[in-house]
Amino acid sequence: MASTEEIRAGLAEIVNEVAGIPADEVQLDKSFTDDLDVDSLSMVEVVVGAEEKYGIKIPDEEVKNLKTVGDAVAYIENAQS
Amino acid sequence: MTGLQAPAGAEHAAILGLGGYRPSRVVTNAEICEFIDSRDEWIRTRSGIIERRWATDDETVQMMSVASARKALDRSGIAPGQIDCLIVATVSHMLQTPAVAPLVADELGCTPAAAFDISAACAGFCYGVSMASDMVRGGSAKYVLVIGVERLSDLTNTGDRGTAFLFADGAGAAVIGPSEQPGIGRVVWGSDGSQFDLIRQREYWPSVLLMDEPVMPHLRMDGNPVFRWASFEMAKVARQALDVAGITPEDLQVFIPHQANMRIVDAMARSLKLPEHVVVARDIVYQGNTSAASIPLATEALLESGEANSGDLALFVAFGAGLVFAAQVVRLP
Repeated sequence: MASTEEIRAGLAEIVNEVAGIPADEVQLDKSFTDDLDVDSLSMVEVVVGAEEKYGIKIPDEEVKNLKTVGDAVAYIENAQS
Repeated sequence: MTGLQAPAGAEHAAILGLGGYRPSRVVTNAEICEFIDSRDEWIRTRSGIIERRWATDDETVQMMSVASARKALDRSGIAPGQIDCLIVATVSHMLQTPAVAPLVADELGCTPAAAFDISAACAGFCYGVSMASDMVRGGSAKYVLVIGVERLSDLTNTGDRGTAFLFADGAGAAVIGPSEQPGIGRVVWGSDGSQFDLIRQREYWPSVLLMDEPVMPHLRMDGNPVFRWASFEMAKVARQALDVAGITPEDLQVFIPHQANMRIVDAMARSLKLPEHVVVARDIVYQGNTSAASIPLATEALLESGEANSGDLALFVAFGAGLVFAAQVVRLP
């Protein structure tokens, strides 16, 4: 089972690939839209990247609840357990 | 006893000539922002569109079809009288019957060619190319004219922030006929009616007639699920089209996806991991999303600019309302 930090780092890699944001800026307290400038379309790409990487499903109606990197990491942790 | 004769078709089919028509009216993002609460920068980052073409009153579906088809016929060296079948792919011919295709055929001088419209939204041109290729190989036609044409501005809700900046008008045509070498790979196509509501006209016509103040049943779209489906599921379809054509990404010179949104083009290109040398069509920037016309228009632009050349292998992938999709590898004329 991946640790919180491992999931954060994995997600940071995806955000970097999709939106070109330096991976070390993708920290748990950061808001995707306000701090990282990830818009709704990029968020769809990040979600699909996370689904493929972690073998999980993130339904569309859940995506709007994932406001911070920490929300997304927690969702992935829960979905894996 | 006399046996039933089976038709003898050509061994291979190819696109012999291609032409487009871009309406004269340029609509900038600034003009769009007079209708909706938006900004040039927001529209550019969400769609890649800087300006789009909207048809004037004179630039009808028939007029644009004929103009694009004349170019395609000229470039193919095929006379209008040699056309056996004419297919028009459109969702914006505003009569349910008759189809616009017989009218286009007659104006071009193709009468009595078979002529009909198909309704496969943004995938219409690729559906038509596949059908035309099969007709040529099956023996029911020697030369087929396929036209993708739209006046989506008629169906656009100019008050909708999500779509007003997206849709546009235009036409593109291709002449398809027999060829010594394979010129059109097997199509990978399909539909998913469970997603009917994702992109659709809002109301059925009878409901419109019951309104106190009837308004055009405009197109509406649920953007994020469409983006997800188009960017990722359609990349898989594109890959399958390469596989069934026996082509590797290294063999490909050009990638011409339906010009729905630059973000979808970018996400698909990323997902497909195309080699550096593959030219990616980005005609949407100055044309907008023209549905069935987008692929032939983008193809013509790449050929005219010299970014693509006659003989290049190009991958088409188109997807839209239905949902419907189609992809095939073609050799450019």
